[in-house]
Amino acid sequence: MDKTQEALAAADEPVFEAHTPLTTQGTETQFQLIWRAFKAHRLAMVSLWVLIFLYAVAAFAEFLAPNDPLDVNARYTYAPPQEFRWFEHTEEDGWAFRPHVLGYDVEVDPVALRRTFVMDEETKYYVKFLPETWETKMWGFIPISRHLIGVEGRRDVLFLMGTDRLGRDLLSRLIYGARITLSIGLAGVGLSLVLGVIIGGISGYYGGIVDNLIQRVIEFIRSIPPIPLWMGFAAALPRDWSALQNYFAITLILSLIGWTELARVVRSRFLSLKSEDYVSAAKLDGAGDFRIIWRHMLPAFSSHIIATATLAIPGMILAETSLSFLGLGLQTPIISWGVLLQEAQNLRALADAPWLLIPGVFIVITILAMNFLGDGMRDAADPYGSNH
Amino acid sequence: MDTQPVDNILEVRNLRVGFGINKTIVDVVRDVSFDLRRGETLCVVGESGSGKSVTARALMRIARPGRITGGSILLRNPRGDTLDIAALDDESEQMRAVRGDRIGMVFQEPMSSLSPVHTIGAQIIETILLHRDMTQTEARAQAIEALRRVQIPNPETAIDKYSFEFSGGMRQRAMIAMALSCEPEILIADEPTTALDVTTQAEILRLIKRLQRDLGMSVIFITHDMGVVAEIADRVAVMYHGELLEIGPVKQVFHEPKAPYSRHLIGASNKFTITGDHARGGTLPGLDPGVMLDVRNLDLTFRKSTGVLFRKVQEFHALKDVSLKLRDGENLGIVGESGSGKTTLVRALVGLIPADSGQAIYRSKDGRDFDLLQKGALRKAGLNREIRMVFQDPFSSLNPRMTVEQVIAEPLYLEGKRSKAEIRAKVISLLDRVGLPKNVLSRYPHAFSGGQRQRISIARALSVDPRLIIADEATSALDGSIRSQILDLMFELQTELGLSYIFVGHDLGVVRYFCDRIAVMHKGVLVEVGTAAEICQNPSKDYTRSLIAAVPGTDPDHRRLLTA
Repeated sequence: MDKTQEALAAADEPVFEAHTPLTTQGTETQFQLIWRAFKAHRLAMVSLWVLIFLYAVAAFAEFLAPNDPLDVNARYTYAPPQEFRWFEHTEEDGWAFRPHVLGYDVEVDPVALRRTFVMDEETKYYVKFLPETWETKMWGFIPISRHLIGVEGRRDVLFLMGTDRLGRDLLSRLIYGARITLSIGLAGVGLSLVLGVIIGGISGYYGGIVDNLIQRVIEFIRSIPPIPLWMGFAAALPRDWSALQNYFAITLILSLIGWTELARVVRSRFLSLKSEDYVSAAKLDGAGDFRIIWRHMLPAFSSHIIATATLAIPGMILAETSLSFLGLGLQTPIISWGVLLQEAQNLRALADAPWLLIPGVFIVITILAMNFLGDGMRDAADPYGSNH
Repeated sequence: MDTQPVDNILEVRNLRVGFGINKTIVDVVRDVSFDLRRGETLCVVGESGSGKSVTARALMRIARPGRITGGSILLRNPRGDTLDIAALDDESEQMRAVRGDRIGMVFQEPMSSLSPVHTIGAQIIETILLHRDMTQTEARAQAIEALRRVQIPNPETAIDKYSFEFSGGMRQRAMIAMALSCEPEILIADEPTTALDVTTQAEILRLIKRLQRDLGMSVIFITHDMGVVAEIADRVAVMYHGELLEIGPVKQVFHEPKAPYSRHLIGASNKFTITGDHARGGTLPGLDPGVMLDVRNLDLTFRKSTGVLFRKVQEFHALKDVSLKLRDGENLGIVGESGSGKTTLVRALVGLIPADSGQAIYRSKDGRDFDLLQKGALRKAGLNREIRMVFQDPFSSLNPRMTVEQVIAEPLYLEGKRSKAEIRAKVISLLDRVGLPKNVLSRYPHAFSGGQRQRISIARALSVDPRLIIADEATSALDGSIRSQILDLMFELQTELGLSYIFVGHDLGVVRYFCDRIAVMHKGVLVEVGTAAEICQNPSKDYTRSLIAAVPGTDPDHRRLLTA
């Protein structure tokens, strides 16, 4: 009490306005504020790290995969995951740190003539760090032959997650599949984002007949059941297209439908911002439509757009997975998580080789992480909002 | 005058309320002590951020996320014992019994404090049923009675209406009816008239005063407007920065204020009297000024089409045949209640709303005539640099994602004539001109108070050396003392730069202080135009008289509103 009164009494002609100290507040940038709000969202932070890990795996697939994902092993069809051991006990030197996996022994059921794999305690394949195994090209142009882990012996095998119908290593295929699946989500959303922002922006900013027309088109597109529509598009793709062309075509198909959601979000934002005084002020400053949209309106909700886009990626990934699962999306030899799940369509195969469902687990983890991340970003996107 | 012992209903001692910010607790109310006597009106005044609302909310224990960190709030029971509200839990049974039953509260924004999905009646009945042992029918009857008490016409039908079907004044009445439905001993009114027009404000003030007499309750009235204080207060408490500077009978505080801050508040409000003879602060226009802007027969209708298949067009005739002139160097005021078309008029002049017919001939600096109502007229010949606008809401008129420098430099950048360094130098000189230090250049608008933001808006308007500034309720959202600082700044700039102003407002006292001539608008029609003195002292129209009658006085010895 005293301090203020003294200060007031001391000043001859006190100025009573500037009680906002102009030296300490408001120096944090937009990004700092958003980042601080985001960091408080623990689930979103964990999700962020999970996704960083997954995308890093996808980026360095060639180096991380222990086997060539296309390498067919007739001897090891539907081989179960090997048992991995860090330490080895020997007569000579007791327990020693020597990571290894156990080999397989094949038992044939005399009645059903069915082959089953059992672990052979006697055969040990030593897992090496940075061994020289199979040759490939990193990102398609750097030849490498060393990989993170692997087995060096000619007859040694390393199947940490088991193998599929053709005896291909599931772990390596999973790592390669991450690249396609995770990137198709980004690329698809990127494309939808461009379409959504432009079309939604036009719709919201100009309003009137244009808006009406665009909204009706969006409603029409959204009223078509998506799976038959994708199937139609996918069936229309020329058979002789390369795997890469197919990949781009599928991305395009997915985003042609995906933009509608984003366009609606952008439109509603434009509608609410249009009546803000600072937009009128920009108009009176003499700014043109383009500058008003890009300089004055878009920055106001760019963080919202990023959050919405993040929430749209899971939809894209699921769409790709469903298409590939149905056999209409990506085709072998391209590997995606959806393509891998295709193997799990057969009930018999599933009963014999339940590890074929592992890609499904990764899809669930990715989708959940994306959703949590998107939620966290949406909450943090408005640092001046009332909920902080 | 009191011979019997003072009868306190509420005693607040050393109240402290803190908010947790980054793991530390910052006290926003510090050691506030006061008594509330039975049947009196205690006005709590202070600028926004002074802690007056937080104090009021703490009395109701709805200050969350703020917490009471010390002190006591003693509520005296009829039997003579006391209840310490500060010691109760926010959500305790006892606290809920106090809230609504013994202390009622009315908030500033009637639209957001009433639920839009329940009828007015349902909300009042709920309050009654919470505190009274009654049947639904009896509660309904009491709710109708409560609405009748606040003079809502046809309370029997109004009870089944929704809040959005009411006007702002009606909503505030309904809010008061709700607060008073259980006939509390204390009514806390937190700036209940700040969002309302002066005429509606006068009605609400009269209503509260009458209800207080009828029900014999005590009122804590929170406001930043010294005029309102002068009209209704028995005693006044002045708050500043979370501290209570002084408290005393209204006449004592007005005539012999102890704290310099109280003097400052009273001095600021004295400027905005309707009577009295004071020269305006700026230079007067020359003897025979030319006409800068000539508005002729401006007509504007809002059309809204509804329905997809069967279109219906709803029309609202916002401006009816408006004609008026603005002379060089003059300050023209446009007054009226909300919905009178005054904002529509100025927005039409700058081309933000297209007009249907009429002309607005503007004579530019180089002597050429332009019709501002033509589409895109402002962009032509750089008129948007001669005519600038300052908006009402200091919070929505600055882009939250642009720094102060970017905001002020935008028109300069668009002009495209200057280099980056020149623009920056100009921005710094503008900031200096409106009284802000240059170290704010890279700040974002959220770091500023309302008055500071309005200074930034003015700097933006000045950046391209304008001749005419249109101020659309530019000071309505500001507290009284800050309002006068901004107006004085605008006067200084006028003297210095030879500006003219069109000033839109709803408070005739403020408009009279700032303007040479005043145009009164009502329901889209220009009621009358005249010099400020003519309009305020010899109004020719009843509507103007009602506007004048609604302006609060500044002298507690001569109350105008409540005797009328």
